[in-house]
Amino acid sequence: MITERELDKRFAIEVVSRPGGEALRRCLACGTCAASCPVGRFDNRFNPRRIIRMVLLGMRDRVLTSDFVWFCAGCHSCSERCPQGVHIPDIMVALKNIAREAGHVHPTVAKQVELLRDFGRVFEIEEYDNKRRVKMGLPELPERCEEVRTLLDKVGIS
Amino acid sequence: MKYAIFLGCSAPVRAKHYEATARSVCRELDVDLIDVPEFACCGFPIKNASAEAAFLVAARNLAVAEAAGADGVMTLCSSCAATLAGVNREIQNSRKVMERTNAALSDLGKAYRGSLVVKHLARVLWEDVGVDAIRSKVKRDLSPLRIAAHPGCHYLKPGEVHDNFDKVEDPRTLDELVAATGATPVAYEDKKLCCGGGILGFEETTALAMARHKLDIVKATGADAMVSICPFCSVMYEANQSRVEESFGVEYGIPVLFYPQLLGLALGFPEKELWFRMNSVRPTAMLSKVATE
Repeated sequence: MITERELDKRFAIEVVSRPGGEALRRCLACGTCAASCPVGRFDNRFNPRRIIRMVLLGMRDRVLTSDFVWFCAGCHSCSERCPQGVHIPDIMVALKNIAREAGHVHPTVAKQVELLRDFGRVFEIEEYDNKRRVKMGLPELPERCEEVRTLLDKVGIS
Repeated sequence: MKYAIFLGCSAPVRAKHYEATARSVCRELDVDLIDVPEFACCGFPIKNASAEAAFLVAARNLAVAEAAGADGVMTLCSSCAATLAGVNREIQNSRKVMERTNAALSDLGKAYRGSLVVKHLARVLWEDVGVDAIRSKVKRDLSPLRIAAHPGCHYLKPGEVHDNFDKVEDPRTLDELVAATGATPVAYEDKKLCCGGGILGFEETTALAMARHKLDIVKATGADAMVSICPFCSVMYEANQSRVEESFGVEYGIPVLFYPQLLGLALGFPEKELWFRMNSVRPTAMLSKVATE
């Protein structure tokens, strides 16, 4: 049961304003995305058509606090087939970004941000790696990239 | 055409055998590579936190490649290819986006003028080198081998960011590259299926179920090995193969090679230089079918 009071009509506008969100309202609910989704095929908790409907209805809290918002693999199977040109993976990214801004950050994302801030990469290059690389005839790599941290600071990602 | 080789996060740490063989096949096939030590993460993983941050991190990589004198960026990871090519396209298509990006990069004393092409290694081999040139350099007979190629998602998609060089709904280029080595590419159901890597850190059970499905199908084809062109897809099918086996009570033993390992084998490289000992499922049975002396 959904009551009107829990609906936030501005939620769709917020998503539309994000990169790739522009075409959200063109969705016809045809279900091509859901039928093409490899994640949904193995886990029926994830259904892109349903998520888009929830966004258009304004079910802000339910979407942002859900587990499923993190289930999009970003494979683009859906968007390649969408007859209305809706960039579903970009919309899923927008929802993840809005969820993080609203304080619902997934621990995996928090960890990735931390690694990028510290090393500029999601896998640290340790001394061992460089030794091994040299042995294999591969060039040594810098262990850090401060400039990534500077860019993350610039857009307020800490 | 001079390409800056973009290693990304995974390959230089977790798939050094991929990097090493990619470099040696490029040397053999006269693909001109330069190293750019300032490269960092492509930006893809941080998209989950902030699309804006991901865009800038990607644009910074393009700026350093351009400043290093490269004509293009060649990636080893499919997600790096899609991320960098996507940002490259947005910047090239809009003066406004370029100005906004460069305003942000100016704090680092950097700018990107939009001069690069971005391609995955396999696309460079297919498009710049070509299957005929590859075939003409084959020295070892791989005809006894049947190979299940996994093109993955971001090598092809979004189609528009990769100039639709391959058919998204019916990808051929990787199979053609496999055929160029003399091995037979195996047709199998669900070839286009995503490896599940994108959700491994979020919903592991589902991610492993996705990997299992493809491993089941490949096993049933009797292929000698799978071929991957993405370190993350390889994590799902190779590094996690034993976890899939444990979780679902199944047994595969399917070797998962990186394409340049197979290509290097065909080009006659010594077995030692193909680093098969770094593959977590050893391709021993496969190698016994070809003369490696």
